[in-house]
Amino acid sequence: MLETARRYRKRKESPVEETRRLLDAIKRDTLNSFITIDEQGALLSARSAEDLLDREDAGVLAGIPVAVKDNICTCGVRTTCASEILADFVPAYDATVVKKLKDQGAVILGKTNLDEFAMGSTTTTSCFGPTRNPWDPSRTPGGSSGGSAAAVAAMLCAGALGSDTGGSIRMPASFCGITGLKPTYGSVSRYGLVAFASSLDQIGPMAATARDAAVLFDAIKGHDPLDSTSALHDYAPTDLEGIDLRGVRIGVPKDFFGPGLNPDVKSAVLSGIAELADMGAQVVDIRLPHVRYGVAVYYIVATAEASSNLARYDGVRYGMRSGESGGLRNMYLQTRSKGFGAEVKRRIMLGTYALSAGYYDAYYRKASQVRTLIADDFRAAFSLCDIIAGPTTPVTAFRLDEMVDDPLSIYLLDIYTIPANLAGLPALSIPCGFDSRGLPVGMQLMAPHFREDLLLGAGIAFQDRTGHHKVRP
Amino acid sequence: MNGYDVVIGLEVHAQLLTESKVFCGCSTRSGLAPNTSTCPVCMGMPGALPVLNRKMVDYGIRLGLAVGSRIARTCIFARKNYFYPDLPKGYQITQYESPLCEGGSIDVETKEGVKKIGIIRIHMEEDAGKTIHDETAPYSYVDYNRAGVPLLEIVSEPGMTDTDQAVAYLRELRQILMYLGICDGSMEEGSLRCDANVSVKKEGSSRYGTRTELKNMNSFRNVQKALEFEIERHIQILESGGRVEQETMLWNPSKGVTVSMRSKEESHDYRYFPEPDLVPLRIDDAWIEDVRSTLPELPAERRARFRKRYGLPAYDTGVLTQSRELADYYEACVGMLDAPKEISNWIMTEVMRALNEQGISITDFKVMPEMLTGLIAMIGRGRISGSMAKEIFAEMASTGRSAEEIVSSRGVGQISDEETLKTVASRIIDANPDEARKYRSGKTGLLGFFVGQVMKATQGEANPKLASRIVKELLEE
Repeated sequence: MLETARRYRKRKESPVEETRRLLDAIKRDTLNSFITIDEQGALLSARSAEDLLDREDAGVLAGIPVAVKDNICTCGVRTTCASEILADFVPAYDATVVKKLKDQGAVILGKTNLDEFAMGSTTTTSCFGPTRNPWDPSRTPGGSSGGSAAAVAAMLCAGALGSDTGGSIRMPASFCGITGLKPTYGSVSRYGLVAFASSLDQIGPMAATARDAAVLFDAIKGHDPLDSTSALHDYAPTDLEGIDLRGVRIGVPKDFFGPGLNPDVKSAVLSGIAELADMGAQVVDIRLPHVRYGVAVYYIVATAEASSNLARYDGVRYGMRSGESGGLRNMYLQTRSKGFGAEVKRRIMLGTYALSAGYYDAYYRKASQVRTLIADDFRAAFSLCDIIAGPTTPVTAFRLDEMVDDPLSIYLLDIYTIPANLAGLPALSIPCGFDSRGLPVGMQLMAPHFREDLLLGAGIAFQDRTGHHKVRP
Repeated sequence: MNGYDVVIGLEVHAQLLTESKVFCGCSTRSGLAPNTSTCPVCMGMPGALPVLNRKMVDYGIRLGLAVGSRIARTCIFARKNYFYPDLPKGYQITQYESPLCEGGSIDVETKEGVKKIGIIRIHMEEDAGKTIHDETAPYSYVDYNRAGVPLLEIVSEPGMTDTDQAVAYLRELRQILMYLGICDGSMEEGSLRCDANVSVKKEGSSRYGTRTELKNMNSFRNVQKALEFEIERHIQILESGGRVEQETMLWNPSKGVTVSMRSKEESHDYRYFPEPDLVPLRIDDAWIEDVRSTLPELPAERRARFRKRYGLPAYDTGVLTQSRELADYYEACVGMLDAPKEISNWIMTEVMRALNEQGISITDFKVMPEMLTGLIAMIGRGRISGSMAKEIFAEMASTGRSAEEIVSSRGVGQISDEETLKTVASRIIDANPDEARKYRSGKTGLLGFFVGQVMKATQGEANPKLASRIVKELLEE
């Protein structure tokens, strides 16, 4: 991204040329990383970016081609959430993040594939078919922001936006060997992000490098009066020079290195941590005793919120409508039965159950209490360290035909990423090595609220010393 | 009532007079073309998020302070989940576990004297749209202009023991809402809606009977009639050895009966949970004090003051304070003419009649306070009689002209009203018995003296020819 910006300024390439090249590449894409290509819109933006560059009035994002996950609203360009129920939905407004990108001259190439309503970790539940991993097309790119991750890894765009509710940015970033940031809850506006679980959802950047991720993060972060959960934090621009890791305390939680962690992943992550130590960081052992309940808590809170958030897809005002001749009840039943896929229905049912009279206290209220305990664990841990490091996922990208039909084992893929969502913390996944098959491994760094500067700074410093992120599929 | 005690509690929804909706900037104006006052937020479009209109909180605090509630320092919005086409998001944003106000009471005049009816809670929520059924079409329409209009729900304790009390409570609450300027109080147009919970128990028993919930009562009359019907229905069931089922009943005003809408088994599980799109609302002392400083005098206070300060009977104060505007009108009049009872009488009879006839409120009335007091002063000065004043008032009410203008256009500034002159003349004859006797015994030259006295008493405004005739008639009858 920064490289592209430099080439534009040296007149080695123009935004229109670059946009055309990528649009052609996307059309030839066999990974199915995009759902919708906005050729007209992209070329229009590219042309106005050229004017800005000619007048030397351009910000760093001017003419930079990016992709946007298809659960983020784009005015006039359909936003499907990879669901039949919204397959023809064209928003009348831009999400705040999209507006910010456009205002800064970015070129939005199109909308990327995802698990239906961002519910999943494999980008296989999309009604537009699965996305494939550029490192090995027989494998999953991870999910739910698998389309954005694959597009960045396959160099179909300079950067992309994803959304992360339980790991949906970091997990595919890890599987596709790119850098992905899940920002602090409240630091990036959710206005225009089609809600899955409102108290956990957060939009974030996905890019080839931590530096590019920082540029994108700086472009989208900040208070938004349209989002009441948006924080009033006064962010400084991220220092793209990186941070000096000397004296920085890296906490390593034993809880993230237990059974179920693939040995290849474990050794790559440990070597990544060793690299940080070589750079002067001080490694300390920490404990996060309650994170083992994270997945259980997550699947109550997230499904409960989802069951309510997805109630609006009823066939009345927009989106798919079916069975209207059979009366109101029939219309609801037919629309929602046909419009939603199996995983979405499963989560709506789980969440409806968790909120039902007589079960609320045992499930939702209890889960909210444990959520507080997990947040307390992190608070305690951050008194002992500045950054927490560990694996992003327990395994590397697996074959699509190896996928077992067992939702629970898929849910456990998010075991390391979920805690940051529950506690609202920022977390970054960066490439830290490869497994025995040559598939990328991601290392997750977590920091206290609003300390993205630490994560991105450490990521930049790490990538200035290592080459994992430069290896392309 | 026939060996039974009645227990009534009311749930009142008051639509608030904010300019914009509660979670978006759309106008709350009614009467606009369908679906023109909508946006992605109040239409529940994917990705849209609510932002609280703090004016609603102001209004809620205003009511809470007026009825003596505890105002929550932290209050939380909740989602009430159910499916209906007029509910855009599939849930209503309301309050559940921590409402804006708890406790408080309203004093209600009953046959047995003043009774305190307790308030359980007051909470904030958003209204739904309107479903419009077309009987001739196989489909219905939905208008979302009302979706997201702010409501306060005021839940009373089950503290009313007959239908008169329920209606009196509702009237008092409505009056308070209108005095506070936060609701227009129109039950017909649905800006004030009342549901009731009613049960009966054996006289003196401490155990509550099974209650039913009553809906669709859009006037005071309907509230009274529906409650009466439902109480009678409960008693009849119990008398015949049956059991009252807990259910929701719909009042059918044209048939005058309640019909079952849904049973307890069919009742919704609303799956309430805290609204994650809104942060908990913090209310500090400064905010509350700020609102307190804007509180107007409330109806009960004003009634008491009218009694004390103007010496008015309870009936008069009740009529004069029925709206803040009418009470203001009265006070404006009293400020200009020290005749509190006369002014009260005029307002309660002639003014109210004119308002009814014209179908307008006092704020649109053509007769300004100074015009009414001008008229009353003319009677006091004997320039016109009471009955003539009524005629002149009617003309003032329809034309907006002042009494002075009307009188002078009729009698060129002279008192030509026989009745007025008769009154004045008899007074003068009574006051001069010697002269009257002399006149009657033949000294008719004294006529001039009497006419002169009448002219003096009316400050020269009497019609001299008429005065002369009247004095002559009186002396010679």
